[in-house]
Amino acid sequence: MLDYTPKEYVNRSGLVINPAKTCQPVGAMYAALGIHKCLPHSHGSQGCCAYHRKFLTRNFRDPVMASTSSFTEGAAVFGGGSNLKTSIKNVFTIYNPDVIAVHTTCLSETIGDDIPTYVAQSNVPEGKVVIHANTPSYTGSHITGFSNMVLGMVKYLSQNNDNPNGKVNIIPGFVNPADMREIKRMLKEMGIGFIMFPDTSGVLDTPLTGKYEMYPKGGTRVEDIIDSGNSMATFGLGSFSSADGAFQLEKKCKVSPKILKTPIGIKATDEFLMAVSSITGKEIPEEIEEERGQVIDIMCDCHYHYEGKKVAISGDPDIVIALTEFALSLGMIPKYVLTGTPGESFDREVKSMLDEAGIEAKVKSGADLFTLHQWMKNEPVDILLGTTHAKYIALAEDVPFVRIGFPILDRSVHSYMPIVGYKGAMRVIEMISNALLDRQDRDAADEDVELIM
Amino acid sequence: MKKKIDKMVETYPAAVFKNRKEHILVKENNEEPQKIKANTRTIPGIITNRGCCYAGCKGVVLGPLRDAVVLTHGPIGCGYYTWGTRRNKGRTSGDEKNFLNYCFSTDLQEGDIVFGGEKKLVKAIKEAVEIFNPKTIFICSTCPVGLIGDDIHAVASNAEKEYGIKVVSFSCEGYKGVSQSGGHHIANNGLIKHIIGTGDKAVGKYAINILGEYNIGGDGWEIERILGKIGYEIVSLMVGNGTVEDLKSAHKADLNVIQCHRSINYIGEMMGTKYGMDWIKVNFIGVKSTIESLRNIAKYFGDPELMERTEAVIQEELEEINPQLEEYKKMCEGKTAALFVGGSRAHHYQHVLKDLGIKTILAGYEFAHRDDYEGREIIPDIKEDGDSKNIESLEVQKDPENYKLFLTKEQYEKLKEEIPLNYYSGMIKEMENGTIVVDDLNHYETEELLKALKPDIFCSGIKDKYIAHKAGIYSKQLHSYDYSGPYAGFKGAVIFARDIAMGLTTPAWNMIVPPWKTSPMLEGSYIGGN
Repeated sequence: MLDYTPKEYVNRSGLVINPAKTCQPVGAMYAALGIHKCLPHSHGSQGCCAYHRKFLTRNFRDPVMASTSSFTEGAAVFGGGSNLKTSIKNVFTIYNPDVIAVHTTCLSETIGDDIPTYVAQSNVPEGKVVIHANTPSYTGSHITGFSNMVLGMVKYLSQNNDNPNGKVNIIPGFVNPADMREIKRMLKEMGIGFIMFPDTSGVLDTPLTGKYEMYPKGGTRVEDIIDSGNSMATFGLGSFSSADGAFQLEKKCKVSPKILKTPIGIKATDEFLMAVSSITGKEIPEEIEEERGQVIDIMCDCHYHYEGKKVAISGDPDIVIALTEFALSLGMIPKYVLTGTPGESFDREVKSMLDEAGIEAKVKSGADLFTLHQWMKNEPVDILLGTTHAKYIALAEDVPFVRIGFPILDRSVHSYMPIVGYKGAMRVIEMISNALLDRQDRDAADEDVELIM
Repeated sequence: MKKKIDKMVETYPAAVFKNRKEHILVKENNEEPQKIKANTRTIPGIITNRGCCYAGCKGVVLGPLRDAVVLTHGPIGCGYYTWGTRRNKGRTSGDEKNFLNYCFSTDLQEGDIVFGGEKKLVKAIKEAVEIFNPKTIFICSTCPVGLIGDDIHAVASNAEKEYGIKVVSFSCEGYKGVSQSGGHHIANNGLIKHIIGTGDKAVGKYAINILGEYNIGGDGWEIERILGKIGYEIVSLMVGNGTVEDLKSAHKADLNVIQCHRSINYIGEMMGTKYGMDWIKVNFIGVKSTIESLRNIAKYFGDPELMERTEAVIQEELEEINPQLEEYKKMCEGKTAALFVGGSRAHHYQHVLKDLGIKTILAGYEFAHRDDYEGREIIPDIKEDGDSKNIESLEVQKDPENYKLFLTKEQYEKLKEEIPLNYYSGMIKEMENGTIVVDDLNHYETEELLKALKPDIFCSGIKDKYIAHKAGIYSKQLHSYDYSGPYAGFKGAVIFARDIAMGLTTPAWNMIVPPWKTSPMLEGSYIGGN
């Protein structure tokens, strides 16, 4: 496995090997699916749309609907205006969504297609909406695309009509439907009114009922996104995927933004709950405090399962930043922290946490998995946290592996199980702990096998 | 049925209606062959399953060649999505290098799009050579590369000189053609121009190439096992578990056998012109069709001993699989299936389903041409349009040094009557009356046809798998086999039968309706009644 990855470093400035990111449009498509009765539309060659639908479907194991402008060579030369206008007409007639969320591709961006003009020239039925986001694949990553589509939602929809709704806005970031459900559950327990967008719960984790629904019951209602301009504050969870949308709400609707970490682990969840509590004046209820206490109980009890272990963490920046903080809370030693998404703030934020903990580590944004593998070849770690593609490294180096983040293509159920909040923290501990203990069992001589661990 | 289909397409906007009605037909028992429209543009806004030219070139044809560094020149997505997702297995042999678990991309950034990406490509090749020292590098372009005008062909030829290795470039930008089909053609052209015919590996008796077999889930290995047992030498597998090294000497074989007609018939045809080689269409999906394919290959060689050996192997294999197959057949018999997949599979899989007693009531291809539906005899009638003209139709010349005819003219004429020699009859002829054929099936039609036909099994890909699934219909991916396989050959047929039987009967299908939706009513009326 990955037999030709050498230990010796080679300077690379042209070649990316085994990427740890993908392109913007898939993130935009995921975000758009979090609007109720929205059909994402990919403005480019039909291959982009096919790849993105495949990829999301493989991760969520649920139908992912999206349409495409199906560019041909002619459209690439003369512009995609006619393709988009035809698409809008056909989509509303045949598939009847409430919203079309157009995102661009590297093709339509390179030829400079002017989406707002094309949309203005289109026949949009009354009561229906077309929004758009520019998502050139040659900038940023799928996380940037998610962020840009959230930004598009605010730009097109959010309105402040001087009618305060007493709610808070939650931009959950690029997380699983289960995480969105868990954040909503905590807010409900606190008695806080909220608008979460996007919200893919009820869209990409639907039950099997025997009836296919093209537009399942989940997703944020358009009227709620409009009303988000009347909220008292916006909580952007994860700066990479949620900050731009939150700041745009401030700029456009004067809703004050608060950018927090994705609430993975004790500290990030504490901060999130305290922040919403302090703005809304709602207390953190006993039930949630009880959950927190349970996690702390586990952490004090089982620390020896993982404490002092060297860990490599890779994945999307918001998830990785929060996971790094949590790993530190668990007494683990993050040796390598890496994301494929470019952004110096990642390096700064992670480094400052590690500096504070007195840990020397390699931290890199805009990096690929080949780099991570080389690091691990030079100095091994005890456990690797990452998405499915990191499996190859785990197999090559025979390192215990925990699948976490996006995408997970080789296991199921993960999209139904939260990693955020205290419940999520418990699950992350269980996954890390089990991976390490399974390894200990596997490697133990008969006389060293422990029945109780 | 015709009425239902008319009703389905009538709800389309006028232009869509006009277009789509020509892509759908109900099989009739006419003397006149039925025509279908295919390989034309998908209408913008229609939720199609089709992919792009790059997907066909890099993803399908070049990707499985395990000893080549296939470098995607473009932004990161295209390379990322074709990294390990197709299940084309490849086993390393000897000291050769196998790059299948790697993904290589130039990851073009905004600055490269503005100022050109050639410099980055040159660097990427240099770095790939330094780190991996491959014998071959293939460069595949994505959409923006064609637009910014990077001369990848010049970069490739310079690199070839500089590093003394094979570097071949493919202009397979996603927007070319109307589906992945254009990309297959571009890849076929490149392999003929630059790879096939450049080697001189010595080959033995009964030497064949297997074309259009991608070794998904290990299909190619099962086919190789059977053919090897009979005594054939497989010179090259195109391209599942294939290598560039083997491909170079493909012209040394006596015969090309073609599994997937759509993706690779160009190579079959061009090798015919260039090297005098014949091809025959085979189908290793299904027990009966595997047997027929084996007999046809043996007939081509015309050696009685080979034919005898073929029969012996068939007998031996059948004895092994029949008891298991019969068990699964009991669980499958009488069911109906709808197939929408590929440019060959929707035809191939009808055979194995039939072996299990399952009737195909709807079949369609995603990216096929008319000849895949109607048979190669209609090729002269296919009108070229602007989109197909954009894909080069390579003219090859006879290679006097390597040209050899295996059959005499008389033998050829005689055999042509018996076996599908340089011929594919297409899917429609084999379908039963009243069944439906749909080209480029889209989401709306899928939903409507599933409702109208209520098949027991829906065989398609990952994008529409869960549509049928949510509707309570067992859905089987025939691109990735739902991560199982092999499905080809004798042993594959058993695995397929097992998977289908299991999928149809998994206990949870009977648990969809919660028991309280049906039972509490009785209790309620009992209490209320007193």
